Amino acid sequence: MKRFSLSDAPFEIEPLRKRLLDHRAGAYVGFEGWVRNVNEGRLVLALTYEAYAALAEDEGERILDEACSRFAILDAACVHRTGQLALGELAVWVGVSAGHRDAAFAACRWIIDEVKSRVPIWKREHYADGDAGWLHPDPPKSA
Amino acid sequence: MSVSVLYFASLREAAGCDSEVVDTPESLTALYASLQAKRGFSLGQDRLRVAVDGHFVDWSSAVRDGAEIAFIPPVSGG
Repeated sequence: MKRFSLSDAPFEIEPLRKRLLDHRAGAYVGFEGWVRNVNEGRLVLALTYEAYAALAEDEGERILDEACSRFAILDAACVHRTGQLALGELAVWVGVSAGHRDAAFAACRWIIDEVKSRVPIWKREHYADGDAGWLHPDPPKSA
Repeated sequence: MSVSVLYFASLREAAGCDSEVVDTPESLTALYASLQAKRGFSLGQDRLRVAVDGHFVDWSSAVRDGAEIAFIPPVSGG
């Protein structure tokens, strides 16, 4: 079963969460990323996500495999939306199951950060003033 | 002999197309330099990653005929 996937339509979290259920798991951490109405002071009306699907799936899978070896977790999964999204819609979901909560929280945080910085998915924001643009942020300064 | 080039996000918008076929270049850096000049891309090569046939590669990787090359602008998923 693939751990990472793209979805061009709204998706339900519950079936994804169920796939992580495991009697060895004492903890599950889920992260939901939602479409927010403001970015850097500008009012946002909607978003479009575009992906280079083949490479995004490959890189996403790599991140989840890395998470499973870096952290003491049982399993992890991630789904990222593509296409046009309205305010409040679910843009990305990450789920992690683990024996204990520390590893589940740490891995979940690590996965969403890596997905945001590595997976070839781009966000186009549609602003209230009629403007729109692709976001190509500078990489965070490494410490 | 040729390669195909895929465009995404602002590069796609600036190019006005999803992809194009070009003569096989000497190198990936030479290819981006020529496409940047032709298409007026504002992103410098230092801000891009490059992928060949669906995998990230180094800019110094050799280019073979028939390759599918994608220039990857800074990503903004999540």
